[in-house]
Amino acid sequence: MLNYIWVFMLVFALISAILTGNSQALSASVLEGASEAVTLLISIAGILCFWSGIMEIAKESGVTKAMAKLFAPILSKLFKNVPKNSSAFEYISLNISANLLGLGNAATPLGLSAMKELKALNHNKPQASDDMLLFVVLNTASIQLIPTTLCAYRQSYGSSAPFEIIPAVWLTSVIALLVGVTVAKTLSAGSRKHL
Amino acid sequence: MNYIVPVIIVSFTLWGLIKKVPVFETFCKGAVSGLKTVVDIAPTLIGLIAAVTMLRSSGAIDFLTNLISPLAEKIGFPAEIIPVALLRPVSGGGSTALIIDIFERFSPDSFAGKIVSVMAGSTETTFYAITLYYSSVGVKKIRHTLVAGLAADLTAVIFSVLTVRLFLT
Repeated sequence: MLNYIWVFMLVFALISAILTGNSQALSASVLEGASEAVTLLISIAGILCFWSGIMEIAKESGVTKAMAKLFAPILSKLFKNVPKNSSAFEYISLNISANLLGLGNAATPLGLSAMKELKALNHNKPQASDDMLLFVVLNTASIQLIPTTLCAYRQSYGSSAPFEIIPAVWLTSVIALLVGVTVAKTLSAGSRKHL
Repeated sequence: MNYIVPVIIVSFTLWGLIKKVPVFETFCKGAVSGLKTVVDIAPTLIGLIAAVTMLRSSGAIDFLTNLISPLAEKIGFPAEIIPVALLRPVSGGGSTALIIDIFERFSPDSFAGKIVSVMAGSTETTFYAITLYYSSVGVKKIRHTLVAGLAADLTAVIFSVLTVRLFLT
């Protein structure tokens, strides 16, 4: 997908430059863009490293596991066909907590294990079960508590309050998540009627 | 509100100390993985920011924005945010490059800058997550996953405009 988008961007830029006569600016911008990206990466590196360090402490001291326990009652209501003491349920709740803490590197392998277990619970059918579907929908939504990278970008472009957007992010994420889950659940219920 | 981040930092480190975790060594171990993240995102960001800078200098972004703005203004959206909203579910890196372009031209504290910030913070790359999770277990029939995922994304776009209007202006 990205292959097409990227080439499309480059071709579109060249055509527009020819039409508007901006060819001089276009060739200069290749250099500008590439070096701007590196400047940006250097300026966000500090906060990214610092935050990753803090989150590593959270992981090592069992915050992820504690959060997983906290969310178990809600998750067991959402995933009704997944037994609460199964490893599938454990992977799901750990994946959700890791996502909340912004531990993307930890969340993905946990999510992949959850999918494997969910597939087994679905007797390895080639079709997505309601629970698999819901779990993927939860992972297509963003449930991160502190969007660190984003705030770092804001800061490096001179925001006077890089973190002020966080409450708005929470509200928006929760509503979007509710809509996603409702659509998933409603269509799942609808498709069961047809079977 | 200014206390969210410092409070999280202090409570996690204190908790770590109580749980007898070697906090500073653990911090350093995590910080290295942060450095790895920076290296991992570098090629994508360089390729895409260069492409977006080319789009801007060629006049293509202005052309697109002018094309969209009559329709966007009717629903009360700044035209600049529409390309971000369209690219966000498909490409995380591409939408980040567009967001950075908005930050640079209008500042992160502008109306459009705040909206795209909220949007980026409350959505994920839907297509990527779907492809990654289903392909890992070899499931091809994904039923209504995409519909539900995109419904959440659309909601996030609408509410990012609304929340910024209500709370951040």
